[in-house]
Amino acid sequence: MGKSVIFNQLTGSNQIIGNWPGKTVDRAEGTLSFEGYEIRVIDLPGIYSFSTFSMEEIVSRNYVALEKPDAVINVVDASVLERNLFFTLQLLEMDAPLVLVLNQVDVAKNKGIIIDKDKLSALLGVPVVFATAIRGEGIYEAVREAVKVAASKPKPKHLTYRKDLEEQIEKLQGIIETENLTFGYPSRWVAIKLLEGDTEITELAAEKSKNLILQTKRMGEEFEKHCQEKCFSIIASERYALANSIVASSLQQDEVWHPFTDKLEWFTTHRVFGYVTAFAVIGGLLLWTFFVGTTLSDLISRGLNLIHPINSELSASAPILSIILNGFWGGIDAGLTLIIPFVIPFYLLLALIEDSGLLIRVAFMMDSAMHKIGLHGKALIPIILGYGCSVPAIHSCKIMETRRERLLAAFAITFAPCSARTIVLFGMVGLFVGIQWALLLYVVNLAIIFAMGRIAMKAVPGKSTGLIMEMSSFKQPSLKVVLKQTWTRTKSLIYIVFPIYIVGGALIQVLYIYDILTPISNVMYPLTVLWLGLPAFAGVLLLLGAVRKELIILGAVAILGTTNLLVGFTSVQLVVMALVAMLYIPCVSTMAILGKEFGWKAAALISLSNIGTALLFGGLTFHLLTLLA
Amino acid sequence: MPKNRGEINLQKSTQDYLKAVYSLSKNREKVNNTDIAQKLEVTPASVTEMLKKLAAEDYIKYSPYHGSTLTQKGLNEAQKITRKHRLLESFLSNILHIGPDKVHLEACQMEHTLSDEAEESLCRFLKHPDTCPDDKKTIPACDLPFSNCEECIQLHQKGLEQVGKRNKNLTSIRELKGGTFGKISFIRGEHKVLQRLLDMGLTPGTKIQIVKVAPMDGPVVIAVRGSKLALGTDIACNVFVEIDPCKPIGE
Repeated sequence: MGKSVIFNQLTGSNQIIGNWPGKTVDRAEGTLSFEGYEIRVIDLPGIYSFSTFSMEEIVSRNYVALEKPDAVINVVDASVLERNLFFTLQLLEMDAPLVLVLNQVDVAKNKGIIIDKDKLSALLGVPVVFATAIRGEGIYEAVREAVKVAASKPKPKHLTYRKDLEEQIEKLQGIIETENLTFGYPSRWVAIKLLEGDTEITELAAEKSKNLILQTKRMGEEFEKHCQEKCFSIIASERYALANSIVASSLQQDEVWHPFTDKLEWFTTHRVFGYVTAFAVIGGLLLWTFFVGTTLSDLISRGLNLIHPINSELSASAPILSIILNGFWGGIDAGLTLIIPFVIPFYLLLALIEDSGLLIRVAFMMDSAMHKIGLHGKALIPIILGYGCSVPAIHSCKIMETRRERLLAAFAITFAPCSARTIVLFGMVGLFVGIQWALLLYVVNLAIIFAMGRIAMKAVPGKSTGLIMEMSSFKQPSLKVVLKQTWTRTKSLIYIVFPIYIVGGALIQVLYIYDILTPISNVMYPLTVLWLGLPAFAGVLLLLGAVRKELIILGAVAILGTTNLLVGFTSVQLVVMALVAMLYIPCVSTMAILGKEFGWKAAALISLSNIGTALLFGGLTFHLLTLLA
Repeated sequence: MPKNRGEINLQKSTQDYLKAVYSLSKNREKVNNTDIAQKLEVTPASVTEMLKKLAAEDYIKYSPYHGSTLTQKGLNEAQKITRKHRLLESFLSNILHIGPDKVHLEACQMEHTLSDEAEESLCRFLKHPDTCPDDKKTIPACDLPFSNCEECIQLHQKGLEQVGKRNKNLTSIRELKGGTFGKISFIRGEHKVLQRLLDMGLTPGTKIQIVKVAPMDGPVVIAVRGSKLALGTDIACNVFVEIDPCKPIGE
């Protein structure tokens, strides 16, 4: 909604990125010098409300209420003012020193929405600023108003709800004040939250006063009986009633007809064309990545080879040099030839599709298919990200509502062919067996993701939640937002994948040179050779590939001493090898992020089921193809 | 409280026809005669004759060669009988453990004789199920004068709550066609889901419009308070609206 755009413009490069203490919620902080003031700026998570107990909401409300910031800038989308005021009103209940920034006023104007800024400001009792954050408009005014608010500490305007509700709130507030209970939160806000049945505040209150809880319960029940409605529903309705009346007197809406976006909307959600669009978008995204990726990758590796070509023959003659050159340098090389050419273009185009509003339509069309694997439409976004790299994909599973859904999505992602696995697939099968076989494996992989997702859905206890997703309208994508989104997703590659590539590359080189891999590979003989029908050295390749998937193909080239893989593999073996490579284990980087997000037990379980799946389907494919051949 | 329906029980065949039109017309689209004939295993000629009769009694809107849609009156009857049917199926299969092959036929016979009072008791006894075990379809909300399920149960079903009031003429937004206007009347579901829907602006009494229904049991897009919201089927089928009688149903 432009909140992060404003944050970036305020703080520039002076940002500290981390997590909120004890929470897996991203936290960004920065500093800004403004007219002699040194201002600390915190980017709070983007939320709709303070009531559904998500980690983001708890972090935000504790910050606003307990840390008592000097000013709170509430950035809202001007074209959905009523829904956003619902949240603004909750901030006002907390007595937050507020500045309301109406962002994307240009988009709103396009939709025929004219807002009377002064009237809105008078009704809410807070300064209101118009902004178009993308173009930097209104940001100066926002900060100036925030500084004014921080300096003058204006008394917040008391907005009231309907009479009978106010009576209940006042009664509870009275009890809190006469019993002299201090919560750190304003007492009126505590009273509202108690009536709403907010679990966190109720628990907090229970520690302080039994009487308060008893009174809340009694009054709540009476009030619910009187109104024939649940308290939390009454309060939400009242906030909306207030928001609605404020909007009614400060906003003017003209009917504007948008023939183009209306047609686009119709097309992209049509019962036939909608699916066509969905497949075209996903297919196009993969094709683009493949073509741009191979071209760029080729250019970059040629450039890197000028600096120092990797020499596989080094390992025997000069072990230390080989560890440094083939290991460390090889890791850097792999990072550069994978992340830059494949992952960045992929995420760039994806962010463009996302920002335009197209991706949300694809997610909408795919909702029923996702339900079959216990997820809903929104999970499509992390899973598509998985086709670039599993690490940011698993990181982005945060957009899902429950841990169960995050886990199911992450599990599906571990089977999705990331860039490295796609390289193995096309380098082994596409090049030496035939492109149609590589594409077939791609489809088989999709079927396996679906089948495994379904099994996981049955195995992981819990219920699936349904889709509740805002369908933002189509818009012209903004380059700034697209670049920022791409960076957010690629940065985890730089601090997780890159170091692991380099250290892991060196480590595996050590194991390789001192021939520690062969004995392990020999132990795997019954599985690799007898069950999967692969050549004996495939065990070594699979060990290498656990660090980085594309090492499977690089290792094969090194062991065979030629780029013609048909010297060491039959066609069937190449197909089986590529299939196993796509499924068999999350690479070390992926395991690291799985462990970080879900704990080591879950990471181990996911890895084991990956191995099982690879053995099952790899073996079946081998025996089936041998029978057919 | 059981309530007396002001009229004599409808003919069994009338009810069967209304039920057939209701179940065939997903999202309130027109249903053609051939499908009805197939569903009820009767000849197309008798379908045409019966539909004309139903149209005369204002249960359906019938236009030859185009098909039929239910009127509000027809929809109420159809939902009522469908509700009885699906409650009976739940009872027969979950409680009496009658084989899945027989459940449907049994329910088809029993639904016509089940009184409203028995329907209400059955609903309470089954702890207010929202979907039918046979095909996982939504059980329509009852038209009994309760403001909410709780008032009816007193037997609180764990984890499930509802907001809003149950009135007559409620339809789940899952059953509606794009373009329909309605007013949120009643939502049932888990507390968290209810809270989130309220936060997004679906408070009781809010006017909404169905924008689009995705194919293959996909989500429903509704316009609410100036924004568009996609709701998955399982959530949409538990959001009930009162259809605006002044505006046409569907496009």
